[in-house]
Amino acid sequence: MRVFHFTEQPYPDAWTPDQPSLRVTTPNALCDPQVAADLYARYQDEWMLADELGFDIMVNEHHSTATCLSASCTITLAILARITKRARLLALGVPLANRRDPLRVAEELSMIDVMSRGRLEMGFVKGVPYEVAVANTSPVDMMDRLWEAHDFIIKAMTTVDGPFSWEGDHFHYRAANVWPRPWQQPHPPVWITASSPGSARAVAERGHVMATFLSGYATRAVFDVYRDVYRKTWNRPAPADRFAYLALCAVATTESEALRRAEKVAGYLRTIGAVAEAFRNPPGYASVADNVRALANFGKPRLGLTLSSGRVVYAATASCEELIEAGLMFAGTPDQVLRQITRFSDAMGGIGNLLLMCQGGDLGHDDTVDSLTLFGREVLPGLRAAVGGEEKRAMA
Amino acid sequence: MTATELLRSVDPSPAARFVEVAGLRLEMTQAGAGRPILFLHPGIGLRDAEPFITRLAGLGRVLAPAHPGFHRSDLPAGMATVDDIAYVYLDLLQSLDEPAVVIGSSLGGWIALETAVKSTHNIAALVLVDSVGVRFAERDGADFADIYALPRAEIDRRLYHDPGRGRLDYPQMPQSELEILARNREAEARFCWSPYLHSPRLAARLHRIGVPAAVIWGESDGLAPPAYGRQLAARLPRATFETIPAAGHFPHIEQPDALAASIAGFLEGQGFASQKGQAR
Repeated sequence: MRVFHFTEQPYPDAWTPDQPSLRVTTPNALCDPQVAADLYARYQDEWMLADELGFDIMVNEHHSTATCLSASCTITLAILARITKRARLLALGVPLANRRDPLRVAEELSMIDVMSRGRLEMGFVKGVPYEVAVANTSPVDMMDRLWEAHDFIIKAMTTVDGPFSWEGDHFHYRAANVWPRPWQQPHPPVWITASSPGSARAVAERGHVMATFLSGYATRAVFDVYRDVYRKTWNRPAPADRFAYLALCAVATTESEALRRAEKVAGYLRTIGAVAEAFRNPPGYASVADNVRALANFGKPRLGLTLSSGRVVYAATASCEELIEAGLMFAGTPDQVLRQITRFSDAMGGIGNLLLMCQGGDLGHDDTVDSLTLFGREVLPGLRAAVGGEEKRAMA
Repeated sequence: MTATELLRSVDPSPAARFVEVAGLRLEMTQAGAGRPILFLHPGIGLRDAEPFITRLAGLGRVLAPAHPGFHRSDLPAGMATVDDIAYVYLDLLQSLDEPAVVIGSSLGGWIALETAVKSTHNIAALVLVDSVGVRFAERDGADFADIYALPRAEIDRRLYHDPGRGRLDYPQMPQSELEILARNREAEARFCWSPYLHSPRLAARLHRIGVPAAVIWGESDGLAPPAYGRQLAARLPRATFETIPAAGHFPHIEQPDALAASIAGFLEGQGFASQKGQAR
């Protein structure tokens, strides 16, 4: 099992209770550039430590938000390519349906793959609903744009004999000719996020790594669709390295200290829903069928997480104990965390890539360093042994 | 059969309500007889349009198609702009026996303008009701309130003189109506999202619209204010401008009598005798 250290690079000073929305409309007067500079340096230091401890590294991007200072996966990864030594560098991901220029994406990712000497993991996402307004791309046909951009990037990275032209439904190029070509051949591994059976099917047919975020024990059903489609498409079982799962994580020498840290990391979940109403569900982002279901249930409580006791809780308000029970968080002493992860991975049928938000909310540098160090020294070796080491990468 | 009966009928054979235009299946409400009147609906579709269509039927033969992608009309692959829709209606107008009066509300007005700048050969007169489609503001200004950036309650306040008219009790609505609601919302965004509610080239083409035009505006329109309507009327070669009191962005919903009477007056002023009595 590979374990990736992830932080959204938050700016928690701006998370004041009087802010009705932490996204899209949050004025950037709340951002002090000196504080932001210190935060960037600090988060990069923590990724360097993670690299030394044996973690791999995940970065993401969001836009117009105090929850994530990274407005570009590739800028962060370009720095990490030079200052880390061995970690795989996962972008999860580049929001392809919100990017107007996939040629530029292919160029930047190729640069990172070469600068890191082949350590890039190339994650693509559609883009979150509230950032459609920021990018001002159309909220309809986003999956079409994601897959056309994906196809174009793969072709751009694997075409070695000079320029080709592309006249698609959404993107048009006269002379696509990516320099440098990527280090990894034929191209860096591709990851795609999925949360529904339909999207799992599309990822399995292409044999890419499928990542699900914070979906708890319900993840198993999506993984099983992938396994089924993968077996039919590739005539072999899907290796564990085709699966990734993202959860929150906090470790300490005592359970009470770990839970104190966990509550800070959970600041991510406490704030993720703070989005001005108009931007939560732009028209066309969800399918007609999904919107009909949402309208039919208008005014009723949202879908929650069902615990093994049958009780329903909500990620934004659940206690850390409940988040652990639901599989959204691994937190405790190293032994407890090892057991929680092993239990969850077994219940999913095996997870090859664990994406852990080891820094979230206002968890400070010292706490993050201690949590990462304990995980790296006392949990990682156990995980490698328990899940049978690093599976051979599937040829997809 | 009156428009009311048509709209209320639980359709035993839905095909009867569809017409084919240039290979596209469009859902079409028809009512009345005589001179053709093409009613082009706004982004919310034909919801609550029944009383207005009934009154229009007193002026001629009303054809009220659902635009491509709206209600249960086809959405062919690649149809992405109001310009694409305009070509569908050029074909529809060409298939009629005589030039039609084209009435467009909001998005429907934009479609009417986009159609008329291409050809007014089959258009007798144009009625633009709280129309969008033309850019007048500076590049960092805005002609229209951004409905995609406003909370639901504020949208209702801007669209309606009486905001209560916009409220819908979704969980009480049948599945088929929710589907139409969701489909209309998606289709509206497909055509209106960006450039927002306008085509950049339309302003420079308005001089081509030589037919008489009535620009009619809800006094309380908080999406496209009456001042926008005045600018639009001033840019059309033969346009009058009039406001409707106690109406927001959708006078056909909030004041169907006053709007129909205003249209009847305009048509009479142009020498079009009403063919089936006066608007009631």
